[in-house]
Amino acid sequence: MIELQAEYFAAFREQAGCSSEPVRTAAGTVAELYAEIAAKHGFLDSMTRCKVAINDELVEWESPLAAGDKVLFFPPVAGG
Amino acid sequence: MDKNHFKLATAALEPDRLKRELLDDKAGAAVCFEGWVRNHHAGEAVTALEYESHAGIAEKEGQRILDEAVSRFEIIAAFGQHRVGRLEIGDCAVWVGVSAAHRGAAFDACRYIIDELKARVPIWKKEHYVEGPSGWVNCATRGAQATHS
Repeated sequence: MIELQAEYFAAFREQAGCSSEPVRTAAGTVAELYAEIAAKHGFLDSMTRCKVAINDELVEWESPLAAGDKVLFFPPVAGG
Repeated sequence: MDKNHFKLATAALEPDRLKRELLDDKAGAAVCFEGWVRNHHAGEAVTALEYESHAGIAEKEGQRILDEAVSRFEIIAAFGQHRVGRLEIGDCAVWVGVSAAHRGAAFDACRYIIDELKARVPIWKKEHYVEGPSGWVNCATRGAQATHS
């Protein structure tokens, strides 16, 4: 198990009821962590439509996690 | 001066001032795109909207898109700005401007930039409706409208 910080934006923040929280997880990749968090908070958006960043850099869903990472979950974007 | 940059803006965009940054003696064409806040979306009457972003990542990704445009198309300059915060109907939400020696590259690059900005940059739009609760565009929510841009 590792400990990290999850941060939520826009719709995810409202659905989670917080903008960030500490998470203890056995997930090895960002995708596995999203599945855990989506189940916990009821996120309905498919991962393929969302984006994720680790420590302020966009990353692929298969990226590995490390203890202390700050993982940012972005719901589907809607600029313009 | 930078020949391309992307910024988020917390105050009203100024298309006339932005356009002047494109001026260049080598340019024979300029194409500017303005995205405005409209009063309807998916059949709902919209009263206002709010844009939220992650500024650091949004500006980096926007800059990457402008850099891509410069390398893909024969253009001279390309600039983009996107609003965050609360906007009213008719406000300019996004501005993209491109200059080039010839119009073809300017049109193509401008289209490329706005399409990529909309698809990739972490900016979210919350619409306020005349009737019913506000909604995040493009996001799935239980029991509410899942809307499309």
